[in-house]
Amino acid sequence: MTTSAQTPVKAARGANFILARRILAVVGVQNMSLILALVLLVIFIGVQNSNFFYASNIATIGTTIAIVGVLAVVQTVVMLLGGLDISVGSQAGLTSVVSAMVFMSTGSALAGIAAALVLGLCLGLLNGIVIIYGRVNAVIATLATFAAFRGAANLISDGRAQGYTGMNHLFVFLARGDIVGVPVLIWILLVVALLVQLMLHFTDIGRNIYAVGGNAIAARLAGIPLNRYIVGCYMLVGLVAALAGILLTARTGSGQPTSGSQGLELQSITAAALGGVALQGGRGTIVGTILAVILLGVLENGLIILNVNSFWQDIAQGALLVVAVVIQQRRAGTKGVGLP
Amino acid sequence: MTGAVLLHMDDVAKRFGPVQALRGVSLNARAGEVLALMGENGAGKSTLLRLMSGVHQPDGGNITVDGQRVVFATPQAARAAGVRVVAQEPEIIPDVSVAENVYAGALPRRGCIFDRAGLRAQLEQDLARYGFTGVLDPAQLGRSLSPAQRQVIEILRALTGGARVIAFDEPTSSLSDHEVESLFRLIAQLKAEDIAVIYVSHRMKEIFRIADRILVLRDGASVGERQAAETDEPELVRMMVGRDLSALFPRSPRSVGAPVLSLHNITTEDVTSVSFNVRAGEIVALAGLVGAGRTELAHAIIGDTPIASGHIEVEGRQLTLRSPRDAVKAGLALAPEERKQQALLMKRSVRDNICLAILGRLQRWRVVSRTEEGRIARRYVQELRVRTPTIDQEVATLSGGNQQKTVLARWLAREAKLLILDEPTRGVDVGAKADIYAIIDKLAAQGSAILVISSELPEVLGLADRILVMQGGRIRGEISRAEATEEKILSLAILENAA
Repeated sequence: MTTSAQTPVKAARGANFILARRILAVVGVQNMSLILALVLLVIFIGVQNSNFFYASNIATIGTTIAIVGVLAVVQTVVMLLGGLDISVGSQAGLTSVVSAMVFMSTGSALAGIAAALVLGLCLGLLNGIVIIYGRVNAVIATLATFAAFRGAANLISDGRAQGYTGMNHLFVFLARGDIVGVPVLIWILLVVALLVQLMLHFTDIGRNIYAVGGNAIAARLAGIPLNRYIVGCYMLVGLVAALAGILLTARTGSGQPTSGSQGLELQSITAAALGGVALQGGRGTIVGTILAVILLGVLENGLIILNVNSFWQDIAQGALLVVAVVIQQRRAGTKGVGLP
Repeated sequence: MTGAVLLHMDDVAKRFGPVQALRGVSLNARAGEVLALMGENGAGKSTLLRLMSGVHQPDGGNITVDGQRVVFATPQAARAAGVRVVAQEPEIIPDVSVAENVYAGALPRRGCIFDRAGLRAQLEQDLARYGFTGVLDPAQLGRSLSPAQRQVIEILRALTGGARVIAFDEPTSSLSDHEVESLFRLIAQLKAEDIAVIYVSHRMKEIFRIADRILVLRDGASVGERQAAETDEPELVRMMVGRDLSALFPRSPRSVGAPVLSLHNITTEDVTSVSFNVRAGEIVALAGLVGAGRTELAHAIIGDTPIASGHIEVEGRQLTLRSPRDAVKAGLALAPEERKQQALLMKRSVRDNICLAILGRLQRWRVVSRTEEGRIARRYVQELRVRTPTIDQEVATLSGGNQQKTVLARWLAREAKLLILDEPTRGVDVGAKADIYAIIDKLAAQGSAILVISSELPEVLGLADRILVMQGGRIRGEISRAEATEEKILSLAILENAA
């Protein structure tokens, strides 16, 4: 056959091309572009200020993104389901205050943590119930609880930081400890991300979440209990938001009603959207979200290192969310004639 | 009394994917005359209207207005040429007045200020001119209008926009008797105004009351044209039907068992007091016109819409339906008419779609076995001959027939006792149709109970052991396979005083 006599160079190039395509198929276009953006950003910042590469700075980035990271992971889950949770930051604030207050009155860190986690589940349950039984749009429902939870946090704390956990071993371990040289905060992010990833990928629960987000009517007619999934996902968000609240308490040494948790909703939604989670639901991965979280963390750190006015960070964040969604819509081929 | 030909469509053809919706139809609409278009569901009436209103463009043939050849690239172009189709449910802006609804897009202005008084005067003037005085209150809000009043608004829009050809698409389906009368008076006025009226309807009585000429379509082609005075109902029914049953329908020997599904006086928002059985190994067809309540009944059986009264038994046990989940658990399944919107995860693979309803069975400690999933998906892909390169192919890339087979595979994998198939071959090419008929036959032979909803009479006759005909949300009659003919079904489905 003449085909076997083709030049080896051409064949090799073909093989490379196939390999490249296969890698792209496995990693995904979205993740590939995130990695590319990350590399470019790191090079840009590193060239301007080589302190960026210090191990201490890398660890700083890691610990700053842990809290927003766990929230972005669960935000991804509700977004896959076709919902949204704007109240995550307020939930973190409220549970942070409660964890510190319970700790102060009982003297037990475990009691504080348990109280926060149970409260988180209840807050999530409330969101789910409002959405399902009140038939309220998820954005509106969680916008309302966003304000209400924040108000509750300020009310019980009188708007002030509560307690002092800086002397408690468990809280200090959570905030500043390390396991085999890696900060505990980063371990927590990794474990949460891994568990959720395993759930989404290998269990019927995860597959049904994708199905509900992809086509809720089809999922319902196939016998998937939509309500249970919606409530369950919002409870998962509540639980993880409580975890974020506990970490917030541990990092700052006291229960914080608003400081530190403000803006977490925007950051987690931005990360998920940038990571490729479709706003209509049904499409997206945890890997993409984590990459986006790292990208945002590096960006924030870079702006600080390069002495950029910190107000620019909010502008950059907002701009990134819009850009991420615009890219998403373009790729989905949504034609705009006007607003729907 | 034949006026000048205003609109002439010459040999127009239209294809949607694999479906040839129109294969060369010609019509003339003359000034001051009512032309009725008749035909079964899917005969091509609606497609013809969409071509004349510019929603779709013909693949072949010409359209001429006043002897001038025209191309309607958009609905606006058709309107500008004076051709207007009055939709069954016209677009009404709910929160503005009748006057603003009529002149939407061309409101009178004085300078750059909206001229409210002028608008009102203009509407009163136009109402008087076209003889509609008293039908509409100019200040009334859009949301409070009855269906008939909405159509009057659409007609006024057409007339004030200079329309000379007005087509009605089954206008009476949402009207009460009283409103139908006023619509007929309107149409008489339109005739007097020398407007060419095209009227699409299934209802024989109406056709004979108002039509001057009748054009019958079948399978996208024109069967013949009659003067209304020179024909009668039986002849029209014969023209609309008149087909041989093809050899598409295999029939394996079956043994009919005990009832799987029993409905007892089911009443919902859309259906009234429906009772029937479907037995194991039996195919029952629900025939009737679109809008007769068949799809609504299917969604009620499956627990998707609430039942007001009556009850459902599955294998003799009464079923409480709170959601489709309860129905699926009891062994019922629905392959809905809108398969893209209601059945498929379009962006997911064939495997994911087939296994959607059985994930709960494939999990152990909540972990779904991918290998088991693949085995099942492959098995049904092979058994139902789903043409797909691999089971990981995105469903959106498959043809309509293969998508439908994927939906069927989902319920075969779930081993549903009763399958409700709503228009199982809509948008499916002939080859896949034959496959689907064979699958249905085999399922029945294996003892499944099957309820088929179909608007295609040959399909109903070819598949069903028993035929139930619905009209207006009620069962109008039951016909056994032996005595079923298209004429009988059609007369139960169409004629108001039958049975």
